[in-house]
Amino acid sequence: MTATRAVVMDADDVRRAIHRLAHEIIERHHGAARVVLVGIHTRGVPLAAAIAKAIQEFEGVDVPVGELDIGLYRDDLDRRAATNLFRTAVPVDITDRPVVLVDDVLYTGRTIRAALDALSDLGRAEAVELAVLVDRGHRQLPIRPDYVGKNLPTSLGERVVVGAAEIDGEWGVWIRDEEGT
Amino acid sequence: MRHLLTIEGMSRADLEDLLDLADEFVDVLDRPIPKVPTLRGATVATLFFEPSTRTRLSFERAARALSADVLTFAPGTSSVTKGESLKDTALTLRAMGADLMVVRHSATGAAHRVAQWVDVPVINGGDGAHQHPTQAILDALTLRRHFGKLDGLHVGIVGDIRHSRVARSGLQAFSTLGARVTLIAPPTLLPLDMTDWPVEVANDFDEVLPHLDVVYLLRIQQERGGTTGFTSLPEYVRRFGLDDSRFARLRPEAVVMHPGPMNRGVEISPHVADSSRTLILDQVRNGVAARMAVLFRLLASPGAER
Amino acid sequence: MIVIRGGSVFTPDGIVTADVVVDGDRVVSVGDPPPPTALIEIDATGCWVGPGLVDLHVHLREPGQEWKEDIASGSRAAAAGGFTAVVAMPNTVPVIDEGHRARFVGERGLKVGLCDVVPAGALTLGREGQHLAHLDELIEAGARIFTDDGDTLVDAGLLRRAMEYLAGRDCVIAQHAEDPGLAEDGHMHGGSVSSRLGMRGLPALAEETIVARDLALVELTGAPYHVQHVSTAGTVELIRQAKGAGLPVTAEVAPHHLVFDHREVESMDPNFKMYPPLRTPDDVAELRKAVLDGTIDAVATDHAPHADHEQEVPFEEAPRGVIGLETAVGATITATDIDQRRFFERLSINPARIARLGEHGVPVTEGSPANLVVIDPTAVWTPERFHSRSQNSPFLGRKLTGKVRATILRGRLTHRETE
Repeated sequence: MTATRAVVMDADDVRRAIHRLAHEIIERHHGAARVVLVGIHTRGVPLAAAIAKAIQEFEGVDVPVGELDIGLYRDDLDRRAATNLFRTAVPVDITDRPVVLVDDVLYTGRTIRAALDALSDLGRAEAVELAVLVDRGHRQLPIRPDYVGKNLPTSLGERVVVGAAEIDGEWGVWIRDEEGT
Repeated sequence: MRHLLTIEGMSRADLEDLLDLADEFVDVLDRPIPKVPTLRGATVATLFFEPSTRTRLSFERAARALSADVLTFAPGTSSVTKGESLKDTALTLRAMGADLMVVRHSATGAAHRVAQWVDVPVINGGDGAHQHPTQAILDALTLRRHFGKLDGLHVGIVGDIRHSRVARSGLQAFSTLGARVTLIAPPTLLPLDMTDWPVEVANDFDEVLPHLDVVYLLRIQQERGGTTGFTSLPEYVRRFGLDDSRFARLRPEAVVMHPGPMNRGVEISPHVADSSRTLILDQVRNGVAARMAVLFRLLASPGAER
Repeated sequence: MIVIRGGSVFTPDGIVTADVVVDGDRVVSVGDPPPPTALIEIDATGCWVGPGLVDLHVHLREPGQEWKEDIASGSRAAAAGGFTAVVAMPNTVPVIDEGHRARFVGERGLKVGLCDVVPAGALTLGREGQHLAHLDELIEAGARIFTDDGDTLVDAGLLRRAMEYLAGRDCVIAQHAEDPGLAEDGHMHGGSVSSRLGMRGLPALAEETIVARDLALVELTGAPYHVQHVSTAGTVELIRQAKGAGLPVTAEVAPHHLVFDHREVESMDPNFKMYPPLRTPDDVAELRKAVLDGTIDAVATDHAPHADHEQEVPFEEAPRGVIGLETAVGATITATDIDQRRFFERLSINPARIARLGEHGVPVTEGSPANLVVIDPTAVWTPERFHSRSQNSPFLGRKLTGKVRATILRGRLTHRETE
């Protein structure tokens, strides 16, 4: 990893945030019996798994965890390098169940818009909520999160990087300069 | 990748990229709503100068599953005057808003030429006896989904290899992905000069049969001069047809494939055609997913060089 | 009066650096001090000066297919290519199988006045290979070369009769060798590339078996015989043996066969589709050797114009043939690095002799006909646009070495390099 500018959350901070998110979800849904967590590729997936594990520890409930790839629903494919598609698999029927979409960073909101479209092709959820580890502002669409790990005002030139234990070795949130990539 | 004109020259990585994409599209096609909005607003034009319903329908299904619109140009035996050139047809469809063209033609290189005349991606849907890239991709996908990988598989391609674009594309794709390929045909149905081809050649089907993991049967091509390569249909069937007795001598895990349409009773016996050891319907199903993968790669996400 | 200064001149006594003076339709001096001024001055420093080039094999498409080319546009192209005489193939519409049609072609060429157009006569009526054409009429109208070019005269009995009929008439029979049975409607050379492309292949044997058979007939009848557009090492060997045995055989090769091989067809560009097809690199090497050692007497372009719309089709559907008048010089020099003497022998002296043209292909000397060409053998250029009405050339965009600076027909400048 190149030189990072600032550590915003270390592994412990992330752990505490995940626990708080889990508690909030449990509270909002009066226990988590019917909730389905759906993580958005890439790092939303291990995040959703971590939240599910926390819910299991606190409530003894096994919340189903699905994964969603938005590659087929993006509006900016022609501006990106060749993308690959990841798995989209939700182990239960989401119809008439509350779904909590999980992503690592909420930014312009376009990813979530694509995720809502993708989700609606899988079934008609009772309601869809959004849980994110970091909200960095600069929304371009009317999307708002229901559960936030940390509010992090940023400038457009900055890049927010999230590390997930399963993918990057450890959990953490960093800010880097866009140029310095 | 700007066009898909030929399997020749495609790397293993290129092929596997398409197969990985296709796997995702197989899942999409299994959903209650087997449709995604990825190519909404794009128009896919099919220029099929050779009669072929199945391939054209497969492409059109793939385009629609990606929410693209379809422009069909299929002169067949109907009203298109001989006067309108291939070039004019291509330019007309481009002017009508085609963002991509699929070209099938009886002359080698037709798709290549269209790619020289229009500024949109072109997919070769089959040109003469030369190449049929999407067939090779769907066949490779079918094998990978069935066996897990192609490495080490022994694939025997049986039939009129000389006049077969399916054979030319298939053998290149299979061998690039690690399979061992044997071409099985009488000498008159084999290409003149196969120097440097990554294949073995056999004239005796019975001898090779027990060693095959995959029997890939080609249709005898009446329309591409196939009847002059052997003495009579019954003699061909006797030497190279997959009849019940040959079927019984296949390895227990060996499978049978065919690009379709089948000549039941010629290259394949009816009983074999209906058996569960054939992957023929899987090929058809996977064909839509494979073509979705190609459309996605060419239109939605061709890469930074756009 | 034209003065050509300081060129390397092909004279009857060898090659000398000298000034050449032209007055009227004759060369008046070579090597003498020229007059101080003249109507036209050509600076030929570093250039070859020699008799105007003669092309034994062109398709001018008039009468009948003038959208591809006509005698006027073809003559313009010929002059630009350094030619002062061309032999026009008879596969026009209608076929040149009668005297008045041959006369039309020759007179039209004279009227245009940029290049002498000598009609070749068909061997058979309509080129159908059934009955002999009106050979006497054609001879009277100026034809000396007889061919069904575009097709092969397959009937050996009829060919023999033609040979016997033309005996002692100072004519030559030229054969387009392509056995239809072996050719099998092939579009390109039958070999490794055609196998990979799945295209019908045309084997070398389709040419060689016809040549071998014809040479047996030449041995029997003693008739002068010319092998058109040689393309294979096998044919070269047959010719070498026939000449060794003293048979009256001559042969030509097209410049594109000296430059390109069958791998070019992978581009699917019909500008690489011709008969005979482009063959293997080994064949190309043999052809180059044969041009240099004289087994092949002449370079002849087989200039075959086809309009743009006829080429904008898949390879298999495209008509056979490419233009060549304007690139013959560059292609020959680039492919063989040929010396001046051999160059003029293959592109002027020998073809003029084969076509029985007395006023062309004459080495430059006092009193010789003023049919001349000035060539810069080191000029590098890239063909982009042709004077020919059609543009179907495999040399488009390819660098060539060797360019025509000026062409003179009977003392008149028919082409001058503008740059």
